[in-house]
Amino acid sequence: MKRAFAAGVTLLLALPTASTLWAADQRLDIVAPWEIKSADPATSGYVFGRMRVAETLVDTDAEGQLAPGLATEWQVSDDGLTWRFTLREGATFHDGSAVTANAVLTSLEAALAKPGILDSAPIRQMSADGRDVVIALDSPFSPLPALLAHSTALILAEAAFDAQGDVVAMIGSGPYQVEELSPPQRLTVTRFDNYWGGAPAIASASYLAVSRGETRALMAESGDADIVFTLDPASQARLSRNARLTLHSEPLPRTIMLKLNAGHALLDDARARQALSMAIDRQGIAAGLLRTPEAAAAELFPASLGPWHLGLEATAAQDIEGAKALLAELGWQTGSNGMLERDGEPFALTLRTYADRPELPLVATALQSQWQEIGVALEVAVTNASEIPSGHHDDSLEVGLSGRNYGLVPNPLGSLLDDIGSDPDAMGSDWGTMNWRDEDVAQWLDTLRQATDEQALTDLAPLVAERLHQEMPLIPIAWYQQTAAVNQQLEGFSIDPLERSYRIDQLEWAE
Amino acid sequence: MISRANQGLSHLLLSRLFQAGLVAWLVGTLTFVLTRTLPGDMAYRIAAGRYGHDMVDGAAAEAVRAELALDQPGLSAYVGWLWDLLQLDLGRSLVSGRPVIQELSHQLGHSLSLAVIAVLLSLLIGPPLGLAAGRKPGGVLDRVSEVAASVLRALPAFAVGLLLIMLFAVTLGWLPAAGHGGTAHTVLPALTLALGLAAVSSRVARNAMAEVSHSAYYAFSHTKGLSARQSFWRHGLRNASVPVVAYLGVQFVYLIEGVVVVETLFAWPGIGHALVHAIVARDVPMIQGTALVMGLLFVLLNTAVDITCYLLDPRRRRA
Repeated sequence: MKRAFAAGVTLLLALPTASTLWAADQRLDIVAPWEIKSADPATSGYVFGRMRVAETLVDTDAEGQLAPGLATEWQVSDDGLTWRFTLREGATFHDGSAVTANAVLTSLEAALAKPGILDSAPIRQMSADGRDVVIALDSPFSPLPALLAHSTALILAEAAFDAQGDVVAMIGSGPYQVEELSPPQRLTVTRFDNYWGGAPAIASASYLAVSRGETRALMAESGDADIVFTLDPASQARLSRNARLTLHSEPLPRTIMLKLNAGHALLDDARARQALSMAIDRQGIAAGLLRTPEAAAAELFPASLGPWHLGLEATAAQDIEGAKALLAELGWQTGSNGMLERDGEPFALTLRTYADRPELPLVATALQSQWQEIGVALEVAVTNASEIPSGHHDDSLEVGLSGRNYGLVPNPLGSLLDDIGSDPDAMGSDWGTMNWRDEDVAQWLDTLRQATDEQALTDLAPLVAERLHQEMPLIPIAWYQQTAAVNQQLEGFSIDPLERSYRIDQLEWAE
Repeated sequence: MISRANQGLSHLLLSRLFQAGLVAWLVGTLTFVLTRTLPGDMAYRIAAGRYGHDMVDGAAAEAVRAELALDQPGLSAYVGWLWDLLQLDLGRSLVSGRPVIQELSHQLGHSLSLAVIAVLLSLLIGPPLGLAAGRKPGGVLDRVSEVAASVLRALPAFAVGLLLIMLFAVTLGWLPAAGHGGTAHTVLPALTLALGLAAVSSRVARNAMAEVSHSAYYAFSHTKGLSARQSFWRHGLRNASVPVVAYLGVQFVYLIEGVVVVETLFAWPGIGHALVHAIVARDVPMIQGTALVMGLLFVLLNTAVDITCYLLDPRRRRA
């Protein structure tokens, strides 16, 4: 009996002891759904970028335009093949070492060695030249600075890497430094007093990954969290009545869209793809499932992407009779069961989607019933996100439903070159178009890739967007909204539409 | 007499040790075969787990395939794993790249502390209530606790947890809603698990006590002049406790199932949470390591229960 008692006491002593008070402290507590995998920017860079621990060479301003980061300026040679980034004077890493061109090279080379956004740039060689980082390309590539703003290209101190080039510690140069990192859920940071931009107002902050939406909403309500990102529609209504919280919402350049296999016998005619698009009730999906009517999207790019946005009306995009007429032109007739038939074959497709974004399976079933109205039978397979790229490669994919982020880098051109491509013989990619060719679009994107002036963008971006709308290799459905519930005591909060930063260095506690 | 008792105990321990070895081999082999036969390309799944669904593409999958040598035949991978296991090397996580043993010790520590507090709490709530109710079967306490137990056991742990958060965190503001790091964070998830456990253990204790209090030897203890309190302490408690302890073994199953749900709800970085993520990402070494540890834990806990019953019940020693 005594022994059992002693064992019980030992166990109790081994439990975590109280180290923090929860609600009433001055630490800024942030809660979001995304888990931390490791200290490596290749897998979890977004968390360290958003928590302002590490920075990139190129930053973005409040409007989402490129702005100086660790590099204060950059130039490209006349032939477009050599980029020169000049580093900021006086920037230091959290371990006290200076941000030098060699340190930047170590980070960028490590980033290049792993799958990431830099893959898509034709980088031949990188070198250091005094305070400049010089990047030589095989062919001109205008979105390079935008790629360098991505969280997989964070700049870390040389001490962050081991001999094999793997990241062993997160040592950045941002206004906050890591205090404790415990994957997969928690990160705490403290103010970095030697930050080149001046130390921020709030002394310490924490990040907690909470995957359940109900829990996140309750944490906002109970005061456990000061900022809670990504609220489910039902909780939003309840939280908006809470006097201690303010609700923020901002459209993101992330589009819910269908990727169609344009090489598939049922989908190889643009009219068939148009008909499928016309049968979709976008307004219904946005208002009923996403609870944000303004999210309905008749085009891929939202207004925040400037010249890429056409200003199409989502309600006008639905036309059931028009869709039926287009399909009749292609020889489809309504069979005895109300479904379309051609030469005895049904119009039947399988859609793949994934549940990492919880609204996608809901949207998929809505599409299933909406397409049934024009006689198209859709089977929905909810699977792993990787089934879409793997289906692209083995050509087994028919329709894929995904949420594609065109603001992955500040300029959607980077994503488009990846998703659609500028080589007329090899267009399309894992998350972009599939078996679809268009010489003009390839030509325009290639011109944009090499362009050094703004005029080309203003001229060509609408042409690309218009052609994509006519040809429908990708069917847009809705845009995402980022939502946040924020403690009333916090001042200076804003949502970054590119999701690069939580902007915690701009916040302060009200008096 | 003593040597016979010791013989029984060592026999029990030996057979459990053999079981543990068998469990380790079976669990590892089964998880290996199952993860290999799951549909979908492993390289793509691992790449999605590592880099997130925004960044997974064919190039990332091919890089993963080359790095992890996923093309090698299944048999040689299996033999390699078995050889490593014999040297107590569980390998590295395919997603985070950290040694599995490190990941497990972090997560298992969190799960175990949660489970231990939950079991202790449930033992404080359930059996005392059941014993009190069992002394007067059909009384007010018996009926009220029966209703409460039925409701608590019928509600999924998920719903109980949400109700507790709403009451203690949102309405009263006494405790944090979710998260981990402080002692206060442990209370609600542990209580969620404990209520489910106590619901059952209180009924088991009640039935055991009711049986004891109807027995001839219990009636005789009254007849020979012991007070109700004396009868309970000398003849009731020990007899009634055997089924309660034996039932604890069964409850560990509920605990494992509950931990998975409760950990996700309360953002608790435990082993249940890790297992779910590892399966989604096809992180085979992590799945094998987690399943192995859970399997061995089962054997260990059941052994502990057996030994406790053995010590509590002298009849077993003589049998």
